[in-house]
Amino acid sequence: MRPYIRMLTPVLFLLMAVMLSGCGEQFIVLNPKGPIGESQKDLIYISTILCAVVIVPVLILTAVIVWRYRDKPGSKASYKPNWEHSTKLEITWWSIPIVIILILAVITVKYTYALEPSKPIESEKEAITIQVTSLDWKWLFNYPDEGIATVNYIKIPEDVPVKFQLTSDTAMNSFWVPQLGGQIYSMSGMAMTLFLQADEQGSYFGSGANFNGKDFAQMTFKVDATTEEDYNAWIDEVKATSPALTTEGFEKLTEPGSSGVQLFSSFPEGLFEKIVTQYVEGEGGGHHQGGASTEPASAPADESESTISTEHDAQNHTGH
Amino acid sequence: MLDKIKEFASEFFVTGDPLILGAQVSIGLSLVAIIFVLTFFKKWRWLWTEWLTSVDHKKIGIMYIIASILMLFRGGVDALLMRVQLAAPELEFLHAEHYNQIFTTHGVIMILFMAMPLMFGLFNIVVPLQIGARDVAFPFLNSLSFWMFFFGAMLFNVSFIIGGSPDAGWLAYPPLSELSGSPGLGQDFYIWGIQISGIGSLATGINFVVTILKMRAPGMKLMQMPMFVWSVLSSCVTIMFAFPILTVTLFLLFLDRYLGAHFFTLDGGGNPMMYINLIWMWGHPEVYIVILPAFGIFSEIVSTFSKKKLFGYKSMVFALMSISFFSFFTWAHHFFTMGSGANVNAFFALTTMLIAIPTGVKVFNWLFTMYRGRIKFTTPMMWTVAFIPCFVVGGMTGVLLSVAPADFQFHNSYFLIAHFHQVLIGGVVFGYFAGLYYWWPKMFGFRLHEGLGKWAFWFWNIGFYVCFMPQYALGLMGMTRRVNTYDFDMGWQPLNVISTVGAFLMGAAFIFQVWQIAHSIKFYKKEKDGDAWDGRTLEWSIPSPAPLYNFARLPQVTSQDDWWEEKQRIAAGEPAKPLAPLEPIHMPKNSGIPFIMSVCWFTAGFGFVWDWLWMAIPGLIGVAVCMLARSFSYDTDYYIPVDEIERTEAALRGTK
Repeated sequence: MRPYIRMLTPVLFLLMAVMLSGCGEQFIVLNPKGPIGESQKDLIYISTILCAVVIVPVLILTAVIVWRYRDKPGSKASYKPNWEHSTKLEITWWSIPIVIILILAVITVKYTYALEPSKPIESEKEAITIQVTSLDWKWLFNYPDEGIATVNYIKIPEDVPVKFQLTSDTAMNSFWVPQLGGQIYSMSGMAMTLFLQADEQGSYFGSGANFNGKDFAQMTFKVDATTEEDYNAWIDEVKATSPALTTEGFEKLTEPGSSGVQLFSSFPEGLFEKIVTQYVEGEGGGHHQGGASTEPASAPADESESTISTEHDAQNHTGH
Repeated sequence: MLDKIKEFASEFFVTGDPLILGAQVSIGLSLVAIIFVLTFFKKWRWLWTEWLTSVDHKKIGIMYIIASILMLFRGGVDALLMRVQLAAPELEFLHAEHYNQIFTTHGVIMILFMAMPLMFGLFNIVVPLQIGARDVAFPFLNSLSFWMFFFGAMLFNVSFIIGGSPDAGWLAYPPLSELSGSPGLGQDFYIWGIQISGIGSLATGINFVVTILKMRAPGMKLMQMPMFVWSVLSSCVTIMFAFPILTVTLFLLFLDRYLGAHFFTLDGGGNPMMYINLIWMWGHPEVYIVILPAFGIFSEIVSTFSKKKLFGYKSMVFALMSISFFSFFTWAHHFFTMGSGANVNAFFALTTMLIAIPTGVKVFNWLFTMYRGRIKFTTPMMWTVAFIPCFVVGGMTGVLLSVAPADFQFHNSYFLIAHFHQVLIGGVVFGYFAGLYYWWPKMFGFRLHEGLGKWAFWFWNIGFYVCFMPQYALGLMGMTRRVNTYDFDMGWQPLNVISTVGAFLMGAAFIFQVWQIAHSIKFYKKEKDGDAWDGRTLEWSIPSPAPLYNFARLPQVTSQDDWWEEKQRIAAGEPAKPLAPLEPIHMPKNSGIPFIMSVCWFTAGFGFVWDWLWMAIPGLIGVAVCMLARSFSYDTDYYIPVDEIERTEAALRGTK
């Protein structure tokens, strides 16, 4: 029955096509523009090759065995109906995956520590900080040092590490800019840290990768990496021309709905810290702190809970 | 008054969507048609005494399979709707809320109400026959398990037309699944539907562990059991440890939503991460629960159709049991990106990779079962041969995902979607289809048309690759799961169109399968003897379909592949095993209690969903009454007399 071998061919070709075209512009995960994404791409290639070392021979072996031992009249292939055990062979195929997995394990552990998202990127330049808050269904970005805020838009200088601090004011989401590096979740009641950096100027696609309700698909944003001069000019421009984000303005942002790009010349002081600590009730009522959570969680607890959460809490079992 | 009724109806029924309206009308019409047919042909009594109250494992198995195929249809339609929506950027075929409901129900239905019952169906039909038993250890509980599953599934499905479907994803992460994120009723239907059927699943797990350990035919040692039975044992042990976690988790979520508790809320000291850990402590073993029996099925088929003993039996057993064990130590790989830190991520990356080792060994053993064999390409064997490359590639992408730092780029993307569909379709679905084709003659006493089966096979396989290979690429292009729409300039459209075409090829394959079954029923040809495939294990030693009591005489097992060895001895002119005299057979009596009790559970669940205590409390009282009634019923068994067995055997085996 020839078709079985034929069936494998298109699969392999398809895989090959995917891998070869991997260098194409559209495969943004394989076309990184920053050190984190670059290492992750290397790791993807290394692990793929390591796996392929076993997989490809197995696929070929499958095709050969299925072809050679098919039942046809006058088959000359040997037939041993009671041959069911061979210590040598079984030791062989227990060891092959063990060896491959061992190699992969060593590499994985090494990279896991090297690429821990909260680990600062080594650079001569000082990192800029961007505080990220996922809302129902938009992203709020605060630049605490510069004092500006944006919605669904990020501008960063090239070759400068960026320290993202992430939280959520609602259901959890995940902050992902594939060309800069892997994602990390934004979760309410805690602040996560993610260091990324753009090595090249360009405009990069970002999205909320974790489903968080109705208009989740609208939570895409753009990250523009420019020269430091352009970046500074942009900051000045936003400060000069954009409106301020007031507390009321923020409350409005938290209302469910999607949004286009918005720019703000300032934001209420300590807004991010308030969002993170809004669920802390007095002392000792703190939330789970992940390994990656950092200082904002230790900011003074704000007794007044945000209106959104209390509103939700008061909601009864509706829909009757 | 009329206004009040109108207002109630508009809240009670899901309204405003032409697709759902169409479904409501067609569901209504088919219900009327079913009631009409049953009444017209006076089949109500037959339905009640032969099926609804049956404790016969073979009939329960068939009911499981019918239910799961219906669910496959619903889950498949969900999938096709999603694929249509994604075929073009910014399409407005499904609006966001509807799309969110559909991917949620697709996931829940395919895993819990399609894969699980199809698996339990095969357990029920095959395990007692393979171990030479007359029924499972607890036939009454078995029936209860089925009806709990069935009414749980119905409760979940009814949300489609009444009250509104859940839309927080198949695992319903809080806080989205809390009242704050999902104030509607869909999430309550989710909790109660899964909860009720989950209790049934747990009972089945216990039932089969006991059956396998205690009910084997005389002489059958553990290490002589067919590999499928081993796989069922490993799967059921996993169920026993995993499903209580699910029950507790969903109960806590219920308390949060219903009584305002704060287990997983943001405020009041709750913590959503706790839910995510708990649900994956069940969720990850769950995927092994469904894949392990598929491994068992492939082992049976590969050996039967290569006319050769299964290679490396001990390795296979060890691999099954170690997968079952390690499946409990990998759950955190579902959230490497939630900031657990490098130590935790490294640990769970390694445990995940470990599982690749026994899985890889199994592949080699299947290959070397075929090596030096004589491979016959019947439909069950075709599914098995197609499974190997598909699962090997799917397993490899799984290893890629387990590399924690790389997972930061794969997580939540279509790469992940492609991976788990490849192992779940290429592994579980292909496996259960292979099992269905393989044991079909045993279940019904006739064969399925091979030609149409091959058409279905090719459509499924080509459709699968066309649908899911592009999704790996889409993941690397940054497309995330669960998006209902995307921008034109992302360049995702061409691959999405290809993927949609593939999905429809699989839809066509399903039609071929329905046609195949219909065609084979129309040209019904009774199996002459019970050994449809020149089989190796005990189920092939009895007539097809098996009589009520399965084995007139309990087989005396002396070796692995006992029936094959027996046939070899007879062919060599050696005397067959001597026949013991017939004895009256002890059988369980049918009971309506499982059905009624499950209806009560359904009522209670429905009442809690709507917060109608007047309905929920009587439902729970009904459950308690059923339990009491069962505790005080003493007339639960009977004996089949010897002369009746003789008559049945003579009729089934002809002159023998």
